[in-house]
Amino acid sequence: MDWFPLFNSLRIAAISTVVIFFSGIFAAYYIAKLPPILKGVLDVVLTLPLVLPPTVVGYLLLRLLGPTRPLGAFILEAFETKLVMTWWSAIFATVVVAFPLMYRTARGAFESFDRDLADAGRTLGLSNTWIFWRVRMPCCRQGILAGAVLAFARALGEYGATSMIAGYTPGRTATISTTVYQLWRTDNDALAFRWVLVNIAISAVVLLAVNLLERRSRSAGRRKAVG
Amino acid sequence: MSLIVAIEKTYGAFHLDVSFQAEREILALLGASGCGKSLTLKCIAGIERPDRGRIELDGRVLFDSEKGICLPPQQRRIGYLFQQYALFPNMTAEQNIAAGAHHLKKSQRQQRVAELLTLLHLEDASGKRPRQLSGGQQQRVALGRILAAEPEVILLDEPLSALDSYLKFQMELDLSDLLASFGGITLWVSHDRGEVYRNCRRVCVLDNGRSAPVTSMTGLMAAPGTVSAARLSGCKNYVTPAPTEDPYVVVIPDWGGIRLRCGSPWQADITQLGIRANFVRPAQSDALNAIPCWVARVVEDVFTTIVLLRPEGAVPDAPLLRMELPKDLWTGAQALTVSVAPEHILLLR
Repeated sequence: MDWFPLFNSLRIAAISTVVIFFSGIFAAYYIAKLPPILKGVLDVVLTLPLVLPPTVVGYLLLRLLGPTRPLGAFILEAFETKLVMTWWSAIFATVVVAFPLMYRTARGAFESFDRDLADAGRTLGLSNTWIFWRVRMPCCRQGILAGAVLAFARALGEYGATSMIAGYTPGRTATISTTVYQLWRTDNDALAFRWVLVNIAISAVVLLAVNLLERRSRSAGRRKAVG
Repeated sequence: MSLIVAIEKTYGAFHLDVSFQAEREILALLGASGCGKSLTLKCIAGIERPDRGRIELDGRVLFDSEKGICLPPQQRRIGYLFQQYALFPNMTAEQNIAAGAHHLKKSQRQQRVAELLTLLHLEDASGKRPRQLSGGQQQRVALGRILAAEPEVILLDEPLSALDSYLKFQMELDLSDLLASFGGITLWVSHDRGEVYRNCRRVCVLDNGRSAPVTSMTGLMAAPGTVSAARLSGCKNYVTPAPTEDPYVVVIPDWGGIRLRCGSPWQADITQLGIRANFVRPAQSDALNAIPCWVARVVEDVFTTIVLLRPEGAVPDAPLLRMELPKDLWTGAQALTVSVAPEHILLLR
């Protein structure tokens, strides 16, 4: 069994989770401060990929990044690099599709953050950056971590947009999800089944991790309540 | 050293219009809940921005709408004790106080934090998180954090409201000692006249977003001036008076036209007459300001007896006169004459 699809899926999911982690927190923090109308519009735009079919996201990405499209053509000319049909092309797809999960959970966590804590910090002469990293982030840690894990899981399982923008090249762009489809299509049922089992195992581990995180935060809360 | 505040802010249907000057003292801001006390403090601290006006601390302009000056809270040197203390929940008591001393070098910071932990009797609590601390300890940590930042002004937002009454008085004594050693300007926001009376010499009454001129605490008790100030100062009885030919005598139509002599003369804008319940006393029928009454109801309080009286000849829906007596002075009766000394008749706008 060639393990390349597993390795490829993991690196795509890991890189896109890092990208989503910072961009999601950044967006959640700054969009919360915008005037209501602008906030509403941006909120819809950034959440749209969560409800759109991944093929629609893939189509839109191809329209933007394809070698004959403005951005794709520019990059091709300037850097002699094609943005599609490489292993890292899939990162564009997974970032867009999984971003709303991080953005929305982080925003929920920031919204439940007690404003008085930040205000207290400011009256003590502490900079906004200090307050963000030393108070806001630790207080919202659970929500932000949950968002990151969910985004990772979603990125790992992405199929539709990935298959459109990165295609399926064994040993180059194949991921677990595209491999399962390809194997099933070519009647290699036994191998397809093995990859399905691998996928289920990874997803189960991720969900287990989420549950453990939640239980730990709950028991920490109980300890505090007793003390 | 003085803090000069003159600000206006509109918040939906609510309009805040506050002006006062505080010196090196503990100045009380006394007002009912929702009268804009917290909003005033937030404007002074720089957390909220007023629409118009000016805030000046010791000659330093913190806010001036005309000149477009609005210093961020970080540059104001104004400490704010939040009602729920707003301690950082992810840090220990010691780390919370150290956060306030962030501007100091590391060695100085450690020394300062250790001093404050000792001063506030928090040595045993230093390693605990806010949730593991009692209400009193939480307040001391919050105060320590503020003192560590070396502010010029301390704002206290209902500092004793989050504590239960058993702890309250001890905390109040500790707080007043601490503020005495602070020596800067303190604004003490409260709705409790007793708390304010015990801790502040001067008071600014806030009524529905508007501030009254600053007066002495004893002045507020003796002559509150307005109905809302009288209510905040604890006055229980109100009735509508009418003037007579003698400016020092008013007539009360609702109480059968009884005439009362006052300590101050009538003025055109008087709308109500106030009488404190503990200045109503049983009297002879020929006493000055004698009011013959029927006893409508008797309520036993913890240390006093509250007697609700209906003056003779009162119209049916006239307000009852509330008298509060030490228990041993109440002998029980169905009718009696009471009186109020002229200086205790409050003429209110």
